[in-house]
Amino acid sequence: MPLLLPAGAGAGAGAGAGADGSGARYVLVASLDKARHLSTMLRAVHFRDVATCVATANGLKAGIFQEFVVQEESVTFRINLTILLDCLTIFGTSSLPGTSTALRMCYCGYGYPLTLFLEEGGVVTVCKINTQEPEETLDFDFCSTNVVNKIILQSEGLREAFAELDMTSDVLQITMSPEKPYFRLSTFGNAGSAHLDYLKESDLMEVFQCNQTQTNRYKISLLKPSTKALALSCKVSIRTDTRGFLSLQYMIRNEDGQICFVEYYCCPDEDVAETEL
Amino acid sequence: MKCVVIGGNVKVLGKAVHALSRIGDELYVEPTENGLSLRAVNSSRSAYACFLFAPLFFQLYEAGGPDAHGELFRCKVLMKTFLAIFRSLPSLEKTVSKCLISLNPRASRLVVQLHYKYGVTKTHNLSFQECELLQAIFDKQLCTSTLCASARVLVDAVVHFPVTLAEVTLGVGPSGKVSLRNYVDEETEPSKTMVTELCLSEDEFQDVRVPQETQVTFCLKEFRGLLSFAESSNLPLSIHFDTPGRPAVFSLEDPLLEVHLVLATLADSNASSQAQTANGACHKCAADEDFAVDDLESYMIAMETTTVPLPVLWVSADTVAGQSSPYSQPRGAGRGQ
Repeated sequence: MPLLLPAGAGAGAGAGAGADGSGARYVLVASLDKARHLSTMLRAVHFRDVATCVATANGLKAGIFQEFVVQEESVTFRINLTILLDCLTIFGTSSLPGTSTALRMCYCGYGYPLTLFLEEGGVVTVCKINTQEPEETLDFDFCSTNVVNKIILQSEGLREAFAELDMTSDVLQITMSPEKPYFRLSTFGNAGSAHLDYLKESDLMEVFQCNQTQTNRYKISLLKPSTKALALSCKVSIRTDTRGFLSLQYMIRNEDGQICFVEYYCCPDEDVAETEL
Repeated sequence: MKCVVIGGNVKVLGKAVHALSRIGDELYVEPTENGLSLRAVNSSRSAYACFLFAPLFFQLYEAGGPDAHGELFRCKVLMKTFLAIFRSLPSLEKTVSKCLISLNPRASRLVVQLHYKYGVTKTHNLSFQECELLQAIFDKQLCTSTLCASARVLVDAVVHFPVTLAEVTLGVGPSGKVSLRNYVDEETEPSKTMVTELCLSEDEFQDVRVPQETQVTFCLKEFRGLLSFAESSNLPLSIHFDTPGRPAVFSLEDPLLEVHLVLATLADSNASSQAQTANGACHKCAADEDFAVDDLESYMIAMETTTVPLPVLWVSADTVAGQSSPYSQPRGAGRGQ
């Protein structure tokens, strides 16, 4: 497949963005007519200043882009997420009806900055953000064949629970079982323990597939950042595998009805003490 | 002890905990034959509140059996933790259908369990400390003056004072005019202060029995906490007071719930040094102390910390309002609780 020519010079030009006349060749081009969709999703994972972007033909974001072309098998770079978010929302974060920011995101490859073309109401802004060496991405090696227990819950059932988690507790203990208590979140704080129990027959429970009783503890500081994604999502899938690794998948539906997913993985806490009843 | 609260009463319980949290850092939980009592006192012993929920308030109420000394088990917990359970009142109202509280002396935890809709249950196992009985000594019948009004009237009055205001002076003048004024320290420069005074006429009150002009100064913060509870309960609030320096008692009563807030009042102006003790060191009453000795001069409310009945603190009313007056009939049904 030939290298993609810059916008305006070839087929598949993105919506609304100004043409870049420099003749640069892009390995990645992604266009979106509502930048807000992307900024909302990125906010859901914004708990560190940098993020590693990995774009492949099956990129997670492929579903929401009007145009998504990747030249190489996979394109990876590290970028400051705070700056990326600021650029995406450069026209402001409030959403007036009828206005939206169009986005065209282009990347020439290793060593080049990520270029963002943003347009709203006839005004075009070009942002170039320096990219950094990609760091090793943690591969949790979480594959569906090793999943022992799986639950899909409506997010509204978990939102308040997570907001009210006892932060004096170091860990969040998750118990999933085919028998009572079915699904339990526990904290062990300064003043005592607290247990939040969900019945498997609960209206909030969409899928309940628990084969084995598993109790795992996770550092609460690692899970707290996922509350941003929880707040935006309508459903969450909670899975644990044979090693006790936790996978949280949040389904986010944007205002145009498009579905995106944000995934969190967390490994269990090493020092496991006796479960306090 | 085991009790179950259902429906709208869960929110009432939550509001009571919020009001108590304005008083002290520890919540005293005491089941009695007459119901469950929740109490709090502040560190300087100048404010005490007690909420007594009658057995009928609960769907189920079991006080539990007495121990070897014939006493029912009682404990105290950190107010912060208990309040966190009831923190969000709107969500209590919308999503909680049942609240179960159980205290088993043999276990080491106070269990509070909330049942939410959609089959979700949250169970809190709180650590507690055993404690002595917390009981303020006061007798409403010995207070010479009484005012009774709907909470609404008083809420509308105190809203005019800044949130940071520490003390307020309640005064009753001739012809039953009731005034509320922010208390200004004598040491403050008059040119640098703003005085706000609000006057309410007698007919805004359901009852005014004040034998002579009098005014008392007490802490507004704790009073606001009670007002907020009173407003939501729609019960009339009674204020019983006496001469400056003697505690003022604020109460709400209905068949299911009795609430008393006792606030120390500022002693007379010629004892300005006593005003300094307002937030002074805690006055701990040892078990065997004889209270009748010198506490008349103290800014603190006498606290009884044992179960041995002790004489009522202050000398009877005949030294105060000796003259007879159409207003000085003793109030019925006051209880020295």
